[in-house]
Amino acid sequence: MHLDEIFFRIMIYLLAAVISVPIAKKIGLGSVLGYLIAGILIGPFALELVGDDGEGVMHIAEFGVVIMLFIVGLELHPSMLWRMKRLIFGLGGMQIGITATIFALITGFFWLNTAQAITTGLILALSSTAIVLQTLTEKGMLQTRGGRHSFAVLLMQDISVVPIFAIVAVLASQVVSDGVSDSIGAAGSGWQQLLIIVSAVAIIIVGGRYLAHYIFKLIAETGLRELFTATALLLVIGIAVFMDAVGLSPALGTFLAGVVLANSEYRYELEDNLEPFKGLLLGVFFISVGASINFELLFDYWELILLILVIVVGVKLVVLFFLGKLFKLEKSHNMLFTFSLAQAGEFGFVLITFASQNAIYDSFTSGILLIVVALSMLITPVLFIINEHLIQPRLLIKDLPENDEVEDNGHPVIIAGFGRLGQVLGRFLNANGIKLNIIDNNPHNIQYLKKFGYKVYYGDITRKDMLEAAGAERAKVLVVAMSERHQIDKLVSIAQKHYPHLKLVVRAVDVAHELALQNLGVDGHRQAIFDSAIHLGEDALNSLGYSRHQSYRSGLMFKHLDKRFMKNLQQRYSKDDPHFVLETKKFSEHLENILLMRQKEPYKDMDCAWDTESIIEEAKKTE
Amino acid sequence: MRKVLIIYAHPLEQKSRVNQHLIKAVSGLANVSVNHLYENYPDFYINVKHEQGLLLKHDVIIWHHPFYWYSAPALLKEWFDLVLEHGFAYGREGNALKGKFALNCITTGGSEETYQEGGLNRYPIENYLLPFNQSAHLCKMRYLPPFVVNGVHLLGKGGIDECVRQYMNLVLDLRDNEIVYHKK
Repeated sequence: MHLDEIFFRIMIYLLAAVISVPIAKKIGLGSVLGYLIAGILIGPFALELVGDDGEGVMHIAEFGVVIMLFIVGLELHPSMLWRMKRLIFGLGGMQIGITATIFALITGFFWLNTAQAITTGLILALSSTAIVLQTLTEKGMLQTRGGRHSFAVLLMQDISVVPIFAIVAVLASQVVSDGVSDSIGAAGSGWQQLLIIVSAVAIIIVGGRYLAHYIFKLIAETGLRELFTATALLLVIGIAVFMDAVGLSPALGTFLAGVVLANSEYRYELEDNLEPFKGLLLGVFFISVGASINFELLFDYWELILLILVIVVGVKLVVLFFLGKLFKLEKSHNMLFTFSLAQAGEFGFVLITFASQNAIYDSFTSGILLIVVALSMLITPVLFIINEHLIQPRLLIKDLPENDEVEDNGHPVIIAGFGRLGQVLGRFLNANGIKLNIIDNNPHNIQYLKKFGYKVYYGDITRKDMLEAAGAERAKVLVVAMSERHQIDKLVSIAQKHYPHLKLVVRAVDVAHELALQNLGVDGHRQAIFDSAIHLGEDALNSLGYSRHQSYRSGLMFKHLDKRFMKNLQQRYSKDDPHFVLETKKFSEHLENILLMRQKEPYKDMDCAWDTESIIEEAKKTE
Repeated sequence: MRKVLIIYAHPLEQKSRVNQHLIKAVSGLANVSVNHLYENYPDFYINVKHEQGLLLKHDVIIWHHPFYWYSAPALLKEWFDLVLEHGFAYGREGNALKGKFALNCITTGGSEETYQEGGLNRYPIENYLLPFNQSAHLCKMRYLPPFVVNGVHLLGKGGIDECVRQYMNLVLDLRDNEIVYHKK
């Protein structure tokens, strides 16, 4: 291919990504779906911009999966891996085994011969590491129980690619010649294989622990950023090539290498350098998946394909659900687990190709299977959406009472919102012997806090009936510690309207919110971050050599002046007034002058008059 | 009518046996202001300009506090350090407080007898009040004899009521009547 052709192709892929992904994200479909759709659009069945090179591109793009596994390994700790062994080998192993068996039985019964059935069973049992990990990370769900279970299963599946390859190879050789001798040959090469696997793993572990550190140190000392990036890429590519040559899964090799390097001091640098490559290559991978969907075949046999798709997804959902229950996942986590893994995976493309090259599949079967795999990957984001928007909300309603019954205990303080701010505040009041009624509307929060012995009621306190049920009649103070501004405002207005005797202590979201609350006349308000910021600033001054008392007084002065400034501001300007910015700037300058003056005369206190020019002049005269 | 300013410094008023009653009695009176230091400046960050403004507006300043270690609670000392600025309260240009009256109203644990030669506290109480005395002088003020409530730990209800009555009369006196001042 000519250089300009290559560039043209690259441009097409990049253009497709840059256009479709932002749109997909805006609609809420997630980046993976965006890439897939981009692939469909530029593929041979829509815009026809790419086509025959699809497989080659996919091969390069698979490298994105390889890098991703390396980074995943980096973020793991070997001890954590060992701790998860029950999940990985138990849950993962069972998932693969049971699912593969069911699929093998179904396909063998209806459509395929034995070799094909076994192969298909194994292929369809796998899920898509790339899509699921990417999506879970994007949604921040990787650390939840459901996410961790999914991760364990995916890990096991990656590990199992190696034996699956071996099994398919054995089946292939049996298909080609029906000789018993060959199976002995296969068994012999089986032992060889084991030896190779063990030595490869050993090389990676030893090299990673002892060599890598010195190499990275040398490279880092050159101070050339690009050299470090080159080394990181070299490492990953090198391992992938090595694994390939030895007949093992490159992704597994890089994953292992990542795990070994997880404790290295260069871990973050490695991650940083490789992330962009991973992201880009994965994107291209998904695009090529989309482009490889054979729409002709799809349209001709859509009923069959649809049937298979439904069976595949359906069986996987059911098996995952029951396995999740077996491994004691609570409903909502189990739902995440079940829905996230109910597709076929990208290794399926590799395996299908391999199998058809080895005459296990004819072109029709492999074509259909490819489409099924691709379609199942395509609908994964949709499954996530179904879980998030249709199932999880229903679960919340079912699992917990509509609103918890709060005892009528006459506790003097109600805390609305028990997130980070509410918790510290609650602990403080608790320590002072104040009895609290705590309401939060995040059921996960509440479950978690129960473990620490907190009695937190579930409910939406921005509703009048909940506020009443929380004891607003007999309480003296309502602390509003929620994090969403409109919720805070709603609660404040309801409380002021119906329970004017309640003193309100309100968390402000930002400066504008503080001004608004001031105008409403609440009894106490504070931006959550303000005091912490000042304290940290005092620590910074300390570290610069200021005496502790000096730093402290500086902090006090700043707080008091800011308060006075706010009071003035509230009366004069609204946030959209252009003067607001000007006044804020002026205030900062004044503040600086005042604080600098104070350094010269520590025990002379300054007034925050709007016009401090006279002070400055006088100081200049005495300089 | 003069204006009376009571600078009240008590860090733990809920536990006070006598001071709360004293302050309560004089709080509502006309032309009498109570400046609750520990309440107004919980973080010890005194608003100097505001305090100076108060001083300018009043004619009689009473430093009202329990007698901690022969002196005042720390916040009142901070008040002295910061509010009585050179050029405002003292010094060649410092005439803001000139001619005003000042006195201490204190409550002590020790009984009256202890504050004399041979007693537990060895010296009369006026000796311990010299710093306040001299500070007032430096500010060109007229320092009046203190109002002292001794032996508060053993004071019964009758005793407390009597003190409250006397204090109130003193404050009203300072506000309404002629003050006889002997320089000492």
